[in-house]
Amino acid sequence: MNAPVDMTNLHDCRDAFSKTLEALAGANDDIVTVCNDSVGSSKMSGFREKFPQRLINVGIAEQNMVGVAAGLANGGKIPFVCCASPFLTGRALEQIKADVAYSQTNVKLCGISSGLAYGDLGPTHHSIEDFAWIRALPNITIVAPTDSTETAAATRWAAHHDGAVFLRLSRVGVPDILPENHRFVAGKADRLNEGDDVTIIANGVLTHRALLAAQLLSQRGISARVLNMATVRPIDSGEIIAAAEETGAIITCEEHTVFGGLGSAVAEVVVQSCPVPMKFLGVPGIFAPTGSANFLLDEFGMSPQGIADSATVLMKKRASA
Amino acid sequence: MEIDELIATANRIRRRDLQAVFDAGAGHIGGEMSVIDILTTLYFHTMNIDPSIPLSPNRDRLVLSKGHTACALYVTLAEKGFIPKEEISTFLKPHSRLNGHPNRVKVPGVETNTGPLGHGLPVSVGMAKAAKLDNASWRTFVITGDGEMQEGSNWEAIMCAAHLQLDNLTLIIDHNKLQQGASLADTNNVAPLVPKLAAFGWAVEEVDGHDMAQLRMALDADAITIGKPKCIIAHTHKGHPISFMSDNVMWHHGVPNAEQYNSAMAELLEAAQ
Ligand SMILES: Cc1ncc(C[n+]2csc(CCOP(=O)(O)OP(=O)(O)O)c2C)c(N)n1
Ligand SMILES: [Mg+2]
Repeated sequence: MNAPVDMTNLHDCRDAFSKTLEALAGANDDIVTVCNDSVGSSKMSGFREKFPQRLINVGIAEQNMVGVAAGLANGGKIPFVCCASPFLTGRALEQIKADVAYSQTNVKLCGISSGLAYGDLGPTHHSIEDFAWIRALPNITIVAPTDSTETAAATRWAAHHDGAVFLRLSRVGVPDILPENHRFVAGKADRLNEGDDVTIIANGVLTHRALLAAQLLSQRGISARVLNMATVRPIDSGEIIAAAEETGAIITCEEHTVFGGLGSAVAEVVVQSCPVPMKFLGVPGIFAPTGSANFLLDEFGMSPQGIADSATVLMKKRASA
Repeated sequence: MEIDELIATANRIRRRDLQAVFDAGAGHIGGEMSVIDILTTLYFHTMNIDPSIPLSPNRDRLVLSKGHTACALYVTLAEKGFIPKEEISTFLKPHSRLNGHPNRVKVPGVETNTGPLGHGLPVSVGMAKAAKLDNASWRTFVITGDGEMQEGSNWEAIMCAAHLQLDNLTLIIDHNKLQQGASLADTNNVAPLVPKLAAFGWAVEEVDGHDMAQLRMALDADAITIGKPKCIIAHTHKGHPISFMSDNVMWHHGVPNAEQYNSAMAELLEAAQ
């Protein structure tokens, strides 16, 4: 087992994001941000203070926001669109398809407060379809970082990568789990825990829960491999096939509907290369009831205990198959 | 309802709203305080509605497009008898049907689910057109925020409503001059709204959105212009009438601490005298 997850210090990854973006913008005049009355909610006040001309707040107008970003990219800028994920991906989906993906513009779509982060504001504000929507489009790299370190690293990577990126960020407090010198490689999963009985694949706010579940499982004599699958497209098929071959069962955990997200992306590799039993944990195809993000994740079976129990059930199913 | 009674009702709704936001530790109190006089006038004077038959086919429709101020709508619906008053204490609690944005599937009296801005007006155009198709006399009212008017979907609906000559449709813009992070003027100034709506073929009227006598008149059926949808620009103040909240963008979704709660409540109680 790796070092236990330290839950005493939780971080809002928007801080790492905004700090990193400010530093990048200091070194590169072409970096601009585009907002939709979301300066505060994406923690861009600091950026605005330092680079007032380079923050373009279009108002509450997301379709225009993404179109403007595509135009800025055409003019040689590197726009970081900072908008609540449900409105960025839902409202402006066709702009993302035609102006960003199809036109291959260098736009960085930063979905702030994604997943269930908006909790009791309800399903209109949950962004639990964004992997599915954006994953269906060519030419966009999708990254859901898991902690502050990975958020900073992925933001730096996005700024230097020539191409569209969907950076799926949260505001829900998460512990530091990756080493400070962690290098983000797009399309590469991180094996955070070795194991050969079962594999748990997660990203974003769920990876630390997967690690806690692995700890519970090790107390039950089960060795669980844990993969942090920050990049959802292109997905790391090598690491998925290795998990299938070497552990024989895979659980996916996602802050997303189980239709079309991380579980589906993993399954697309598994069924075509090395079929093994799988379990998809996520939002089970419903609009969530009222509650905070962490309450809802627990409610949908993604407490460490819930994940561990699902792993145990999956292994029994495999044994009896 | 007489004006005195309307004023007393709005005051009660404000106090319950303030308490609900304080208890829940969340809400959008600024926009709730700015819209409550409009909601009160509609529910207790203008609209033909019966809480015992919330889906009566001939009811007037109200769409709160600025759905982030759901708490004000919930309290108004409770005051009117659509939902139990005790239920307000469940606002935002796990499994409550009163989440941060209104849901028609769960809450009687809600006509359409809002939350993403710029949805209510297009849906209201459809409602008004349905009434026209049936030669029915029910009316459709929709309230948007002024920042919300930056959404392009609204302007598509504005063109459509004028083209369809929907004189049974009334749009009330809660013109408090503030949005989430700043003033409209400092973000993307859609004002002045009057000439824009007029140019798009609407009948436009400006009122003081905290003066229910003015609101009552502007909303009355005899104030309709035949063949034209109507827009009421309601000049309001975010956080009104609480002195330290009024016109201060901090209170878009600020939550009062105990001291602020007590002083706001004291101001509302004094206004009720
Ligand atoms: C499509 C969409 N974009 C962004 C938001 C986030 N948001 C919620 S309220 C708000 C400001 C609304 O301002 P305004 O319409 O003026 O409402 P009011 O001042 O009455 O609160 C914003 C940007 C949203 N709910 N929907
Ligand atoms: Mg406003």
